Amino acid sequence: MTDTKPAIEIKDMNKWYGDFHVLKDVNLTVAEGERIVICGPSGSGKSTMIRCINRLEEHQAGQIIVNGIELTEDLKRIDEVRKEVGMCFQHFNLFPHLTILENCTLGPIWVRKMPKKEAEDVAMHFLERVKIPEQADKYPGQLSGGQQQRVAIARSLCMNPKIMLFDEPTSALDPEMIKEVLDVMVELANEGMTMLCVTHEMGFAKMVADRVIFMDAGQIVEENNPHEFFDNPQNDRTKMFLSQIIGH
Amino acid sequence: MSDFKALPDLLPPTSARGIVGWFRTNLFSSPINSILSLVGIYFAVSFLTPVLDWAVFSAVWTGEGNAACAEASGACWIFIGDRISIFAYGIYPPEEFWRLDVCFVLLALSFGPQFFDKFQYKVPLAMFSLTAFPVICYFLISGGSFGLVDVPTEKWGGLALTLMLAYVGIVAALPIGVVLALGRRSEMPVIRTFCIAFIELWRGVPLISVLFMSSVMLPLFLPDGMNFDKLLRALIGITMFQSAYMAEVIRGGLQAIPSGQYEAASAMGLGYWKQMRLVILPQALKLVIPGIVNTFIALFKDTTLVLIIGLLDILALVQSAIEDPAWRAVETEGYVFAAACFWVFCFSMSRYSQKLERKLHRGHKR
Repeated sequence: MTDTKPAIEIKDMNKWYGDFHVLKDVNLTVAEGERIVICGPSGSGKSTMIRCINRLEEHQAGQIIVNGIELTEDLKRIDEVRKEVGMCFQHFNLFPHLTILENCTLGPIWVRKMPKKEAEDVAMHFLERVKIPEQADKYPGQLSGGQQQRVAIARSLCMNPKIMLFDEPTSALDPEMIKEVLDVMVELANEGMTMLCVTHEMGFAKMVADRVIFMDAGQIVEENNPHEFFDNPQNDRTKMFLSQIIGH
Repeated sequence: MSDFKALPDLLPPTSARGIVGWFRTNLFSSPINSILSLVGIYFAVSFLTPVLDWAVFSAVWTGEGNAACAEASGACWIFIGDRISIFAYGIYPPEEFWRLDVCFVLLALSFGPQFFDKFQYKVPLAMFSLTAFPVICYFLISGGSFGLVDVPTEKWGGLALTLMLAYVGIVAALPIGVVLALGRRSEMPVIRTFCIAFIELWRGVPLISVLFMSSVMLPLFLPDGMNFDKLLRALIGITMFQSAYMAEVIRGGLQAIPSGQYEAASAMGLGYWKQMRLVILPQALKLVIPGIVNTFIALFKDTTLVLIIGLLDILALVQSAIEDPAWRAVETEGYVFAAACFWVFCFSMSRYSQKLERKLHRGHKR
């Protein structure tokens, strides 16, 4: 594994919102095929960090290298990175004016320049994988939250990404819909997709993660394999956080 | 434990059904409502009776010339009939009226079918209306080519001119408005400042002064010998003015789009223009259809202001016709006719926008 280049390398990355220092000296290397779960209290910078990886947020100091491409002001590089990195959001962010199928074919047709017919075949393939091919002609507003999030995952997969980012994909869902989304994510993880996932679903973390990262106040406080992380946390801050989320 | 059995669906009681039920619930649901209903009906009847009497029952519908109207107490509609060609075509040469007729028919054919749900070629027809149609009309009306006699713009007038001003204004103001609205939200300071300055400048002056400037002041600043058409100058003035308003309406729509939509489109790798074209504008424009149509309707009625720079639109021609001493006082008839013409077009636009809104409704929730 050592000779393959890492999927993501973050070196001494710092970010400010105005004067507010949100990310401090973040260092993280993600190997190809690695599954990482990031947790932490709200405001700890975990979402901001993964949003820096596809440059939805820009960092002011340090380096981010994704798939061998360093993220800079250069728009071409940003587009290159975004082609290879899929992202799922807390609020799904499906395009409400397009059907489910059109949501899934938009990227392949306009970014990958795929012929429409082929893009539709790809879209149907992934909609089948997330188990909602029968909804293809509906609009997002007609689907439940869980279904919308699965469509959002399929939409990202249609771009054939090398890396998938998940920004709290289940926290806007009703409890009974969380499982259907997690099932899809587990399946994806088992297929060897490189995944970074901001989530508080600790069951999911235990099941699929290679590493769990705990962030607080813009810093990576602790990182470990899930077994050690949950059973034997080193840092007091981590212990307190875990006791709060697992305590009830 | 017994099984759950759904009760059968029954009709509502008679008191809530049919005409009697409708009257009871809507007009006479309580003593106060009954009194208000009766008072309302009294006023409606006492207002409508004389209006209907003037406009329909005592009006003169047939006959020739002022003599037929002299004794009548109602409206003299034969005056309108007598002048209808002036109102429609202005002082366009009568032997060339057919050219305007073709344009009127084309206009009806380009927009009429859009009102029918079953019509299948809406998009190609809309493309025709926005591109080929104005070009065809321009060559037909101005002439000078294809063996048609040249008709200078000074001779254009009437309803044809009104429609032309409104049409060009609408078709040009929408895209310019979109560009200005995007520019005003741009992160590039030069573009943003230019767009803000443009919008605030044009929005801050009355249309009447824009028209006046375009026809009186502008030629003073242009070099000798360089002079362009008065109608064209008015058209540019109207378009600039309305695109500033349009930009602000569209900006309202852009601001209503949640940032998640931009993020999802960016994360997918769509560049700025593709994001706007494929994701943001279709949603933003749909949201502000009422505002856009409102601006179109305002523009349509504002075209009447061109009479101050000597262009003869339908209202200007009605105004000069009612002063004709050969007829008895016919101001009311003239203005009612002009108002009716405007109302028909504005109301059609309004109906069409409502139809479009219903059609584009996707049962959104975000």
